[in-house]
Amino acid sequence: MRGGEALLKSLENQGVDVVFGYPGGQLLPLYDMIYDSDLRHILVRHEQCAAHAADGYARASGKVGVCIATSGPGATNLVTGIATAYMDSSPIVAIAGQVPTGLIGNDAFQEVDTIGMTMPITKHNFQPITSKEIPEMVKSAFYIAGTGRPGPVVLDLPKDIQEQELDFENDVKITLPGYKPTRKGHPLQIKRAASLIGNAKKPVILAGGGVIISNSSGELLKLSELVGAPVTTSLLGKGSFPEDHDLSLGMLGMHGRLPANFAVDKCDCLIAVGCRFSDRTTGKISEFAKGAKIIHIDIDPAEIGKNVDVDIPIVGDAKIILSNLIRAISQNKMSNKSMEWVNRVKNFKQTCIPKMSFDDTPLKPQQVIREIAEAVDDDTIVTTDVGQNQMWMAHYFTSRKPKTFLSSGGLGTMGFGFPAAIGAKVAMPESDVVAVAGDGGFLMVSQELATVKEYDIPVVICVLDNRYLGMVAQWQNLFYEKRLSHTHLGESPDFVKLAEAFGVAADRVERPGELREVLSSAINSGEPTLIDVTIDPDEILPMVPPGCGLTEIVGEYKTESNNSEDVPYHETAKERAGD
Amino acid sequence: MEDQRTHIISALVLHKPGVLQRVAGLFTRRGFNIESITVGTSEQEEIARMTIIAKGDGKVLEQITKQLNKIIDVIKVRDLEPENTVKRELCLIKVHSPTEKVRAEVVQYVNIFRGHVIDVSPETLTIEMTGASDKIDALIDLVKGFGIKEIARTGPTAMSRGIKTI
Ligand SMILES: Cc1ncc(C[n+]2csc(CCOP(=O)(O)OP(=O)(O)O)c2C)c(N)n1
Repeated sequence: MRGGEALLKSLENQGVDVVFGYPGGQLLPLYDMIYDSDLRHILVRHEQCAAHAADGYARASGKVGVCIATSGPGATNLVTGIATAYMDSSPIVAIAGQVPTGLIGNDAFQEVDTIGMTMPITKHNFQPITSKEIPEMVKSAFYIAGTGRPGPVVLDLPKDIQEQELDFENDVKITLPGYKPTRKGHPLQIKRAASLIGNAKKPVILAGGGVIISNSSGELLKLSELVGAPVTTSLLGKGSFPEDHDLSLGMLGMHGRLPANFAVDKCDCLIAVGCRFSDRTTGKISEFAKGAKIIHIDIDPAEIGKNVDVDIPIVGDAKIILSNLIRAISQNKMSNKSMEWVNRVKNFKQTCIPKMSFDDTPLKPQQVIREIAEAVDDDTIVTTDVGQNQMWMAHYFTSRKPKTFLSSGGLGTMGFGFPAAIGAKVAMPESDVVAVAGDGGFLMVSQELATVKEYDIPVVICVLDNRYLGMVAQWQNLFYEKRLSHTHLGESPDFVKLAEAFGVAADRVERPGELREVLSSAINSGEPTLIDVTIDPDEILPMVPPGCGLTEIVGEYKTESNNSEDVPYHETAKERAGD
Repeated sequence: MEDQRTHIISALVLHKPGVLQRVAGLFTRRGFNIESITVGTSEQEEIARMTIIAKGDGKVLEQITKQLNKIIDVIKVRDLEPENTVKRELCLIKVHSPTEKVRAEVVQYVNIFRGHVIDVSPETLTIEMTGASDKIDALIDLVKGFGIKEIARTGPTAMSRGIKTI
């Protein structure tokens, strides 16, 4: 068997049924072998989208996603997608072609140091120098990518190695003496945490993407109800806790919900699970949860104490630790202490129900999100791009289930949403998939309309079209004296015509009430569809300016109960939140 | 700043190409201050030992060790206690020594510091000195006056005293 065939066979042994890729010179042998294999290959129209699609596939399914690109420019195009997966702990295996071993280091045609280039943005990377190494490398790559704290792994595959003969062995053993993720939390730490939580008067849980990755939403819900702890999430934690639950506070942070930001500010015990305390989540660190003892549960020991000083660190798998924590708390019969706190949070939440109904034209983003929410069901996977569209969705959209809200958090990669939706739909063909994007970000990846048409991948794309690089314009409006330097996008293209040029169905929505129906019928059509939604560019999302504490919100926080008096809402909110 | 200290980190890593880059790259990327790094084989053929000297407070050190441990090719990491550690550096110094008198003086210093003269030319003496870094500094200071042509230092390498291993 040849190296390339060994690669394909090894992928098959890992249960891989689909790859997202783009061929090139240094991958000719491998692609020739793919021609004869049963592997489903989806030809994307840009390698960056192959990586994002593999990432979306991984986030939606919990399995490892796979992408392939040629050497040099193919590999460099993968880099943004790999870095995106790295920042959000998404398991992908990226396979890159490389020049033949004899040419490595000679600046050969389309040579780039893929290993060196991807070292800081991968969990690990490999380059075989003989084909014999391939089976073990593939197995190791999948094991590393998918276990512990997941992340991307790169396989750099020289052209000659793809053709070199080897004796293939199905049952390879892998040896990784330096890789031993801790799964079980330390029992003593769990005991200490249980007693801290049991004695807390004002507990809050902060759930991150780790809860979703470890499938511990059930345990999270149990713990929250057991001790009466309201739950807020990071952006990536969205969906880990049902956001229509009494105890849900919604997302925390720079663009977080007011009740979440206030509850964390006031809590006496913060139970952080599978989150890394990004600056977008915490605001100014010295102000963050000032009065609270902090318990941090994470599978990556390096996350503990990195950004926030922690009182009780627990390293391990969130599912195992939460179960043990629940057991320890139940045995101590310590629940119901925080009813007063729960009621206070509930009352505060009542006064903070965000206003989402607007009958204005151009459409207010809140109204748009509301209509999207009404058109989709609980199992629909929504992806977002990056910018205001993302934060409107994160703030206003109610997620109820894990793995249904996919967004580029850590790297904040424009152009993520649409290709990630493609990957999600391929992974979960039974689920509806809706991508929400801004006009700027969508244009970075609009060529993938060809892919969804060609392979008939029925995702629906809602382009929130404000003709601005909205999020940057918002910062310019708020912090740079409204000097809108290079953030106006002008009038072209016509997104409907653009989609039609690719043979993709398209529609335009401009008035309140229209989107709900257009989106529903697009979803039901079973065809890929683009919906151009014209929105008001002047609507600003309330936010915490960088370097400020979580309660120092600027921008009008519109709620059902404030009738836009002159007082910024958070001022009165501060009073209502109490001490 | 809480106690900024120089730490001696000893790490066992797989003896594979690219490992030094993975470790050194981590220091740059995370903004850690690395003073020196040495690598060489260990008692096991497939494992190399690295000695990293880095400055930072307790928090920085904790991150350094944790981040190092995350590298798949890194097997073990320890922050060695300075008082229970033997630490040595090798230094070669080429001193300008054109006259008999200078030569005699340099040799005298070298003897006091328990160094060796390992090469002689009509114009120069090359000294080998192994020891604690501050001793090497002191010798360099002494012979500086004669004119130093070249210095090559390895950076310290270290291990725990007594029976303890990492
Ligand atoms: C690849 C990339 N380039 C630049 C940025 C910086 N950036 C963040 S948000 C944003 C504007 C996004 O505009 P648009 O896609 O129209 O979305 P909107 O904010 O209007 O919803 C920009 C340029 C980024 N996050 N990613």
